[in-house]
Amino acid sequence: METPVKENSNLAKDYSHIKGWGIDADPKNDPTYPMKQNRTDDEQTGYSWERPTQQPVTIEVLRSIERPNVSAVFGTSTPPSGLSGVIRRFAFKFSESEYGHWLPLLLADRVNAVEGIVDDLKRGHIPNIIAEKGWPAEWKHNPQALAKKILIGALVTTAVIALVRRNKSEE
Amino acid sequence: MLAMNYRGPRRVRVSQKPMPEINHPEDAIVRVTRSCICGSDLHLYNGNVPDTRVGMTFGHEFIGVVEEIGSEVQKLKVGDTVLVPFNIACGKCHFCRQGLFGNCHESNTQATAVGGIYGYSHTAGGYDGGQAEFVRVPYADVGPTVIPPGMDPDDAVLLTDVVPTGYQAAEMGGIQPGDTVVVFGAGPVGIMAARCSWLFGAGRVIVIDQYDYRLEFVRNYANCEVYNFKEMSDPVVFIKKLTDWMGADVCIDAVGAEAAGSALQTITGRKTLIQAGSATAVHWAINSVKKGGIVSIVGVYGPTDNLVPIGNVVNKGLTIRANQASVKRLLPRLIEHVQNGILNPKALITHRVPLEDAADAYRIFSDKLDNCIKPVLIPPSARV
Repeated sequence: METPVKENSNLAKDYSHIKGWGIDADPKNDPTYPMKQNRTDDEQTGYSWERPTQQPVTIEVLRSIERPNVSAVFGTSTPPSGLSGVIRRFAFKFSESEYGHWLPLLLADRVNAVEGIVDDLKRGHIPNIIAEKGWPAEWKHNPQALAKKILIGALVTTAVIALVRRNKSEE
Repeated sequence: MLAMNYRGPRRVRVSQKPMPEINHPEDAIVRVTRSCICGSDLHLYNGNVPDTRVGMTFGHEFIGVVEEIGSEVQKLKVGDTVLVPFNIACGKCHFCRQGLFGNCHESNTQATAVGGIYGYSHTAGGYDGGQAEFVRVPYADVGPTVIPPGMDPDDAVLLTDVVPTGYQAAEMGGIQPGDTVVVFGAGPVGIMAARCSWLFGAGRVIVIDQYDYRLEFVRNYANCEVYNFKEMSDPVVFIKKLTDWMGADVCIDAVGAEAAGSALQTITGRKTLIQAGSATAVHWAINSVKKGGIVSIVGVYGPTDNLVPIGNVVNKGLTIRANQASVKRLLPRLIEHVQNGILNPKALITHRVPLEDAADAYRIFSDKLDNCIKPVLIPPSARV
C-alpha cells in the first residue's frame, strides 16, 4: 500500500515540545548559493508565488510526475508522435530518479532518428546524410580522419556481409 | 523561415520551418541576428541528452531584434535589439526570486531539476532555439536585455551564456586572494572561467586541456599557466606536484559530458551511454583539489548517473557548488566589465558561418577542426 502523504504546508510550526529546538541555529551560516534572501522559506508552503498566466495547452505536453501541473509556459517544439511517442509516454510514467524514465527516452530518441528518415522518404525527400553529417567540412579540414572513418566503416560492413553469407550457406 | 533541424546523432540540416507564434501573453518573437553553437550543444548533437527529438532547432545563445510582443509584455518594445539569456525564467517563482534564474519552476514541464532552456531538448522544456531566423522568447520582460548602445554584437551574443557561465564558475569557486585555481577545459567557458578567476583575486590560474591550440589561446587570453594532459601520465599527481603536494584551492570543471582522458569514462559515458557522459573532468577536479577545497562545476552532464569519487568528496571535506549560470543575475556586472574593457568576449569567436552551413559548423566545432574555439551562425537577414 502506498504511504499516505502528509503535506508539508499542513505541518504544525510549534516546536516547543522538542527539547533544545533551534538553540544552535546560525542563520549566517547559510551554504545556499546564491544565499537565500530574507529566509522567508515561503517554499515550505508549496506553490506560494503568484503564478504567471497559464499558456493554453493545445498540444500534447508530457509532464514529469514530480510536479503537480504543467508549467505556466512550455515549449511547443515537436510533440510526441509515432512509435517514439509511445515510448516517451511510457517513460513519463516514471520519476526523474528512475532509469525507467531516462533509458526509454534514449531509446525513443534512436527510434525517432529512424522515423525521421522514413518521414523524409514519405515526403519524397532523400536526406543528404553526407551533408547533414558535415563531412564536406571534415574532408576540407581533416581528410585523413574522414578517409580512415570511411575505410573502417567499409571493412566492418564487408565483414558483416561476409559473416551473414557464410551463416546462410551453412544453413 | 530557415532553421537548424536536428535529424539524429551527429546529423543536422538547415531547412524551412513554420514561423514561431505568440503562444502566451508574455511572449515575444525575436528576429535572430547572431546565434552561437555552444559546447553543450554538442551533447545534444552527439545524442547524449535524453528526449532530444528529431525536428527540433537548437541554439540557446542568441541576440536579435524584437519583431512582435504579446499583450502582457510591458518593458520590451518592437524594434528593441536584445540579448537573450539562455535560461527561460518567469521571475516570480520561489527559485527565480532567490536569483536562481536557471532553476525556474514555471518554464519546464518535463523535468524539475532544470528550468527551461532554448533549444535544449524536451528535458529542458521543449523550446525551439535560436539557430534560426526567428525564435519565440517566453517571459519577454524577464530575461531579454536591451543591448547597450555601442556594444559590439559579437560581445553581446557571448553575454547570453559563455561569459556568465565562465564568470559564475569562478564566483562559485569562492576564490580568495592568492588562491590557486585549476580550470579543466580550455573551451570557451573554460577560457572565460580562467580569465574571470583573476577578477576574484586568484594568485595562480592553471588550465588543463588536450588541444595545444586552445591552450595557446587561453595562455595569451587569460595570462595563465597551461598544460596538456596528454603529455602527463597522471594529471592529478601532476597538479599535486605543481602545488607543493597540497592540491589546488579551487578546481573548476568546465568540460562536462564530452571529457576525454579516461578510457573507462569514455567507453561508459560517451560511447555506450551507460553513464550520463564522461565524468573525467569532475573526477580529476575532486581528486586534484586541496582538502577542504571547493569544486565548482559548470560542465553539463546528462540526467542519469555518473561515476564520480564521492567517497573522496566526503573524506577530503570538499564543498561542491554547481549550477547552470544565472545569466539574468550576473548581466549588470558583466555588461559593465565588457564596457570597461575588463572582459573581451568577442576575441573567442573564431568562425562566423552562414546559418545555412550549420551542419559544417557543428562538425568543425565538434571535431575541433580548423583551430575552432567558438563558431557563430549568422542568418541571411543579418548578413546584408
